[in-house]
Amino acid sequence: MSDQPESEGPTTPIETDYELGQDNIQPQIGPFGMDIHNPVFMISGLTIVAFVAFALLLPTTAGEMFGWLRPAVTSTFDWLFLLAANIFVLLALALIVTPLGKVRLGGRDARPDYSYAGWFAMLFAAGMGIGLMFFGVSEPISHFTTSLAETAGTPDSWAPLDGAAGDPEAARRLGMAATIFHWGLHPWAIYAIVALALGLFAYNKGLPLSMRSIFYPIFGERVWGWTGHVIDILAVFATLFGLATSLGIGAQQANAGLNFLFGLPVGDLSMVLLIVGITAIALVSVVAGLDAGVKRLSEINMVLAILLLLFVVIVGPTLAIVTGFFKNLLAYVEYLPALSNPFGREDANFSQGWTSFYWAWWISWSPFVGMFIARVSRGRTVREFMICVLLIPSLVSVFWMTAFGGTAIGLLDGGLQALADAPLELKLFTMLSELPLAGITSFVGIVLVIVFFVTSSDSGSLVIDTITAGGKIDAPVPQRVFWASFEGLVAIALLLGGGLAALQAAAVSTGLPFTLVLLLGCFGLVKGLMAEPRS
Amino acid sequence: MYRKILVPVDLAHLDGLERSIDTATDLAKHYGASLHFVGITTTTPSEVAHTPEEYSRKLHEYAERQGAAHGLSASSIARTSHDPAVDLSHQLLEAIGDAGADLVVMASHVPGLADHVFASHGGAVAAHARVSVLLVR
Repeated sequence: MSDQPESEGPTTPIETDYELGQDNIQPQIGPFGMDIHNPVFMISGLTIVAFVAFALLLPTTAGEMFGWLRPAVTSTFDWLFLLAANIFVLLALALIVTPLGKVRLGGRDARPDYSYAGWFAMLFAAGMGIGLMFFGVSEPISHFTTSLAETAGTPDSWAPLDGAAGDPEAARRLGMAATIFHWGLHPWAIYAIVALALGLFAYNKGLPLSMRSIFYPIFGERVWGWTGHVIDILAVFATLFGLATSLGIGAQQANAGLNFLFGLPVGDLSMVLLIVGITAIALVSVVAGLDAGVKRLSEINMVLAILLLLFVVIVGPTLAIVTGFFKNLLAYVEYLPALSNPFGREDANFSQGWTSFYWAWWISWSPFVGMFIARVSRGRTVREFMICVLLIPSLVSVFWMTAFGGTAIGLLDGGLQALADAPLELKLFTMLSELPLAGITSFVGIVLVIVFFVTSSDSGSLVIDTITAGGKIDAPVPQRVFWASFEGLVAIALLLGGGLAALQAAAVSTGLPFTLVLLLGCFGLVKGLMAEPRS
Repeated sequence: MYRKILVPVDLAHLDGLERSIDTATDLAKHYGASLHFVGITTTTPSEVAHTPEEYSRKLHEYAERQGAAHGLSASSIARTSHDPAVDLSHQLLEAIGDAGADLVVMASHVPGLADHVFASHGGAVAAHARVSVLLVR
């Protein structure tokens, strides 16, 4: 990295000859003017079309190839994923307590663009909103039942650590701790590090808002060439496939929920209509812009999610949930060292099949979520940023998991076997149907799922559009309409062609190169922060 | 007849603005009006500036140059937007109100097929502004 002089001004820009937009071309496609980064837009677009064609034309080969690739990646490199995630958590925590926490994104005089409520709603909706809806009940139930089973602790078991065969109380604590582990500090640390690095290099260093900018301290001017193109193309690839597969899987889940509630037939037609509907709402939102679209929808969803959470807390076992919050937090802290240990694990099914898979998945989503969080975080200090992107969301996850998962475990332990038998996508609704006003709460649940998908599709299109426009956030609107529609089309094609699992595997597999890339990025982040004035 | 003329400018594409700037300066000279150059930027680095402060400085210099070249009173108004591709016309309408301008002179392209789907910024400003808007094509 070029040596940066001690800063006199509010920020310390990096001196580079690169001018934002210098590699962009402005073709006229039909009546629409475009503004795109030449190699990145074309190559990522064509690669995506080629991959989808491959998955559709040769579904068996694609299925076998990626069906092999995903477990191969997550079980061979499980130690790398676990180790890297631990490093991200430690770095994120260190940034809160060291003087680097005083650096402000956008410089000393910058003021936040968004209020706490709007900011928090957006980063939560982008980060994991949808997952909490589906895993909030199903994951604690899974860990609880495997831990309680007779086989817990044997190599065939999927239980975390040694399990707790025959001891419901211990199995409950372990199950909750393992779930919170997957939804707590580690995923948020991954997002926070990527988002902070992107924000720092854009707002303080003056580089384009794009993944490649983080690597300027390492690769220097080469990030503007093919090294950077490859990083950005990988980011587009991970984002689009992550979104398309989630959209496809989400349509299956929403379909199941609507069938459970209203008897909507389960089938290709329903799912295609759901994807078209979700994409159509996302298009309206994406054309309405960041403030009128995704911000407003995220806020609506935040309110609905809080109402649903409060409802479960109030009509459910209130006292058990409140005390459970503290018990589970303690259990999380107690089991955290063992659960996050990367070496010598004897619970391979759990540490590779669950943890390593989750970490690869969060990492492959990190360019998307990180870019989006970065875009709305200007004006925050590093300390404020880490507290609000790492600590508070983790605590919210603990509370959410306690309310939904803890209540469900209580019901299951009380004899409600249906919860263990229900398919993954129906467990939430099975639990809600045990509480009063099940029709209303299940409906709210489905609305939440759908709106979370709309915000994901919307913010994802903004992110892909920015990367493929070389870091410009003011590229013509038809481009983001193109990406939002493209996501929907890819999802439909894969759903009908049976390639969803293959592509999800492909998206997760991008987690491996990104893990290495992000470890390098940590170095760039610290080096970049050291040069900034603290206020 | 007019005292404050608001002129939206895009510092990244100044070459396309010559006609509208000439029109605005001629009108300002004719009516003895002041010129107010308004520009919208992003909080992230753009092709014009790395930070909103740098953008503001560049716009100010541009306005001073224009004012000096034509012997007119000229000032600049820099605004930031979270999402300018969508938000631009809304920002311009606010700027018109804030500045108390009584005429807007703005470059716009000849309407084409795409305008049926996405209205041009000039068209949107003309449709919603309470003051006279001259679109220069």
